Amino acid sequence: MTAMLNVKDLRAYYGQVQALHGLSFALNEGSLTTLLGANGAGKTTTLRAICNMVRSTGAIEFEGKPLTGRSTENVVRLGIAHVPQGRGTFTTMTVEENLQLGAITRKDSAAIVSDIERMYSHFPVLKERHTQQAGTLSGGEQQMLAVARALMLRPRLMLLDEPSFGLAPLIVRDLFKILGKINREDKVTILVVEQNAQLALELADQAYVIETGRIVMSGDAKDIANNEDVRKSYLGY
Amino acid sequence: MELFTNQVLAGIATGAIYACMALAVVMIYQAIDHLNFAQGEMAMFSTFISWQLMQWGVPYWGAFILTLALSFAGGILIERLLFKPLAKAPVLTNVAGFIALFAIVNSVAGLIWDFTIKQYPTPFGSSPFLGSQLISTHQAGMIGVTILLLILLFIFFQYTRMGLAMRAAASLPESARLVGINTSWMIALGWGMATAIGSIAGMLIAPVVFLEPNMMGGVLIYGFAAAVLGGLTSPLGAVIGGFLVGVFENLAGTYIPGVGNELKLPIALALIITVLVVKPAGLFGRPIVKRV
Repeated sequence: MTAMLNVKDLRAYYGQVQALHGLSFALNEGSLTTLLGANGAGKTTTLRAICNMVRSTGAIEFEGKPLTGRSTENVVRLGIAHVPQGRGTFTTMTVEENLQLGAITRKDSAAIVSDIERMYSHFPVLKERHTQQAGTLSGGEQQMLAVARALMLRPRLMLLDEPSFGLAPLIVRDLFKILGKINREDKVTILVVEQNAQLALELADQAYVIETGRIVMSGDAKDIANNEDVRKSYLGY
Repeated sequence: MELFTNQVLAGIATGAIYACMALAVVMIYQAIDHLNFAQGEMAMFSTFISWQLMQWGVPYWGAFILTLALSFAGGILIERLLFKPLAKAPVLTNVAGFIALFAIVNSVAGLIWDFTIKQYPTPFGSSPFLGSQLISTHQAGMIGVTILLLILLFIFFQYTRMGLAMRAAASLPESARLVGINTSWMIALGWGMATAIGSIAGMLIAPVVFLEPNMMGGVLIYGFAAAVLGGLTSPLGAVIGGFLVGVFENLAGTYIPGVGNELKLPIALALIITVLVVKPAGLFGRPIVKRV
């Protein structure tokens, strides 16, 4: 199996501060991988580095194309959808406009219309609220909207930054179920950054654990979940 | 009573100019979150270009369209050369940039076309409108053009993908980049559109105030007053604000003793301050609903 995303020796900097210290990992096409770690470990920075939203060195290749030096919008145009921390919702616009924005780089207007309908069937609550200002949605609904918006790109790879943040456990379970379904049925490769390790390991097939900007553990999600030492020292449950 | 109707109508007519200027102000404010102090001078320069074209024998509407296109390109050029490098600079640096632009455009216009007052033609004629003595065909034309412009802008922003992308880039640049929008280009486009709208305002007002490098000084302040009154985030608000300021200015000049023509300008400034104190979002600035 060839890797869809290949990250080698990634180092990232915020001003003088180095946040990532030579991270290397790979994502297989069609996989659902989770990146775990405590606060400040560098999870968000890793995602931001992939989309060139932070100064970094090292090599990142997506389907054989180097991402280094590409602007954020050009990385996205290759088919990488990034749901950032805080969801990036266009709060002053309507739900439907948010979905249209997800597909703003696409030219196939008929397919966009049918994709919006498809999102409404995935997430019925969005259909009910499609004319509402997105800022008035609840946290869970906004997270659904953010995932739907990302899917509107018809991405090959989806990056999610702590989708469970601030959501009730039941809603998180629903959301993760949907992510699994998207991964299996729509063949979208997913990389999800999480602090909620237990749930993320149930969902994912691959896992990486990072600590202070370095990968300290990688492997099958089940193995990591079953390894008591790892759980205690890095995942805290 | 006739005096009152008269003044209101005349106010609406001058208000159309302010509305046009305010539209240009709002366009740039939406794109970069700053007020462009050089907006008026840029509009004046565009108007001179159209005048020059007409001097060379280009018919009015030909010169009008050409000037629109040149202004659009010029706005983009100014953004790329001057304000793109300042995008991450502090507010004051940007303000200094605007003031520099103001001074440069003003003097260059004086250098090329000198400071003597020039006649500028109107495409609508200046006979009484529909036989009424209150409003001329030029003034009616101005109101019509402003409203048409507003409708076109509304359709552009509400119903086109480019308009949606521009709104997204203005409200949340980072999220906009994450859906693949080239936000830097959207800002340039905003400058181009604002400059083109400003040129329309200039070409419409020039027959009234006559053409010279300082023609827009007062007008821009009224334009700011209109934009602030209507809410800096709302094109519709800017236009309504423009008409209100025009009417208010005329009525104050007529009915408040001692105001007369000389004190009209301070009234516009007082209006800006009052609105900022009492209702900072303006009359039509979109109240942003947010769940907490």
